[in-house]
Amino acid sequence: MVAICDTLTFGVIFLLRAEENKVVMRYIRRILVSKHWGKVRTMKNATLYTKWLGLIFASLILAACSGNDTKEREAAATAAAEQAAQEAQAAAQEAAQQQAEAAAAAGQREAEAAAAAVGTTFYFDFDSSSLTDEARAQVDAHIAALQGNNDSVRLEGHTDERGTREYNLALGERRANAVRDYMVANGLPSYRIETVSYGEENPVAYGSGESNWQQNRRVELK
Amino acid sequence: MLMRNFLALLLGVYVSSGSAELQIEINQGVENPTPVAIVPFAWQGVGAAPEDVAQIVDSDLARSGQFSPVSRRDMLGFPSRESELYYRDWRAISAEYVLIGRVSVGAQARIDFQLFDVTRQATVESGTVTGPVSELRMLAHRVSDQVYETLSGIPGAFATRLLYVSVTRNPEGKDFYRLTLADADGRRPIVLLEGRDPILSPTWSPDGREIAYVSFETSRPAIYRQNLLTGQREQLTNFKGLNNSPAWSPDGNSMALVLSKDGNPDIYILNLSSRSLTRLTRHFAIDTEPTWMPDGKSLLFTSDRGGRPQIYRYDLRTKKIVRVTFEGPYNARARVAQDGRNVAMVHQRDGRYHIAVFDLVTDRLTVLTETSLDESPSIAPNGSIVLYATKRGEESILGAVAVDGGVRFSLPSREGSVQEPAWSPYVTP
Repeated sequence: MVAICDTLTFGVIFLLRAEENKVVMRYIRRILVSKHWGKVRTMKNATLYTKWLGLIFASLILAACSGNDTKEREAAATAAAEQAAQEAQAAAQEAAQQQAEAAAAAGQREAEAAAAAVGTTFYFDFDSSSLTDEARAQVDAHIAALQGNNDSVRLEGHTDERGTREYNLALGERRANAVRDYMVANGLPSYRIETVSYGEENPVAYGSGESNWQQNRRVELK
Repeated sequence: MLMRNFLALLLGVYVSSGSAELQIEINQGVENPTPVAIVPFAWQGVGAAPEDVAQIVDSDLARSGQFSPVSRRDMLGFPSRESELYYRDWRAISAEYVLIGRVSVGAQARIDFQLFDVTRQATVESGTVTGPVSELRMLAHRVSDQVYETLSGIPGAFATRLLYVSVTRNPEGKDFYRLTLADADGRRPIVLLEGRDPILSPTWSPDGREIAYVSFETSRPAIYRQNLLTGQREQLTNFKGLNNSPAWSPDGNSMALVLSKDGNPDIYILNLSSRSLTRLTRHFAIDTEPTWMPDGKSLLFTSDRGGRPQIYRYDLRTKKIVRVTFEGPYNARARVAQDGRNVAMVHQRDGRYHIAVFDLVTDRLTVLTETSLDESPSIAPNGSIVLYATKRGEESILGAVAVDGGVRFSLPSREGSVQEPAWSPYVTP
């Protein structure tokens, strides 16, 4: 019903606006003059009357429409209002979200920059798998960055060349696990962290002596 | 020029393995090594002899440190049969023993040899070895083994082979690893596996036909088994965490290894036919580096359950663990001699890491080396020599020392480092 009324309304509006359409105007004038409005025939500006008549006609039809379909109309209006409200709300939310995202992205960029600044190599004391204060601060920076993304990390444990290779594999694993455990304790899920030990293989510094050894006692985050 | 390039292409494999070849430097022999004359062996074949068999025997005996071979230049004649031998010629140059022989090549290679005692003017030993022509060098080493046993009373270990890992660094500073198999004198190296990923812990099956090792080629450590005859290769383990220290049981049926899949490194035994896994140790400390006693009834391993790494023994029947070493703050990676008595290990003293031998009967520990970064001891199948890795400058080299400390030699690589030696068992010819 609503659809039919809408079509009629559109038709009326079309007629009203059809002043320049002479064919239509002639047709309307003929109807009006021949039946009830004989006097008007002499009038110069029949178009004006036609327009008025059209308006009245349109009003009648529209009144009929609204009279018949008040409930539907109201429901449609309510739905439209609701939709509009929802859209407005969504838009507001989206804007807020975008703003939050922008802020988060900025924060994440900052966190990632901070993580990049502290480097991905954490050094250990001789024969120790405890994180030094410095290493802890470095890992903290990486935790902050990782909390804002879904990246998985690989922690590679290394030792210096002293002692046996297989025992050093176990020591390297202890170091990698120490970093992993610290990350997990600070909220990173363990499934995002893989650990592997290379022991004394793949050294960074090849010579002997403490200056080389201290560069090799490390966990690398990859 | 074209021909040379073509040859280089053909020899590609040989060239790359050639860089892994070991040299031998004798650092110290016994105080009065026995003078022996190894006379050039007569060649009874067509063309030139493919190998100088007498020279191979000469080098073997010299490397033992217990003998001083007489120079060929000092020899007054080159007899190859007893009828041609004049004892006075050898007394004149103070040779105590003379070895002569003949080499012939048909379907098989054959070496006949005779050893004479110059003082007693008598034949001490005569023998024949035969085998594939391609294995002529190995046949020469078997002559060395027999001569060595006759003169010293201990079986020789010259006709054996070595596994080791050679490491070279490319200009960008990246390591390149090669698992290499060579004769015990470092010759005829064959690269079994190579790549950028670390290779370690090579070890032999008791029959010498297979090897096992750890490779990081999957970006994580895993244990592999490889047949030396067929080249067939199989990944044995792929657990989360450590997969290392493979050690074949003396009966060849199972393998001790280290896994950290349950949280921290523990010793397991893998049954090689059923593939079932038995956990031996269960401790929050590091348990690693298992090695079997020759009777297969117990294993030695390294554990830091006492605070510092020490050697412990696990009895397979009683499942009891007892601590073996108490001297010094660090004793690790035990390897037991075939006599089940001498145990070679890495021992720390004054912050330096040496190779030591621990006597399981007397509980005496003897430090054998003076260098400070020694590791990976491996005992010759005759129990007389410990081969190990040590540092010279920035490179690793192999060192060898007699269990009694009397003889030392080193085996540097021609290029790069050489580490993780594993001396083969006796292989039935």
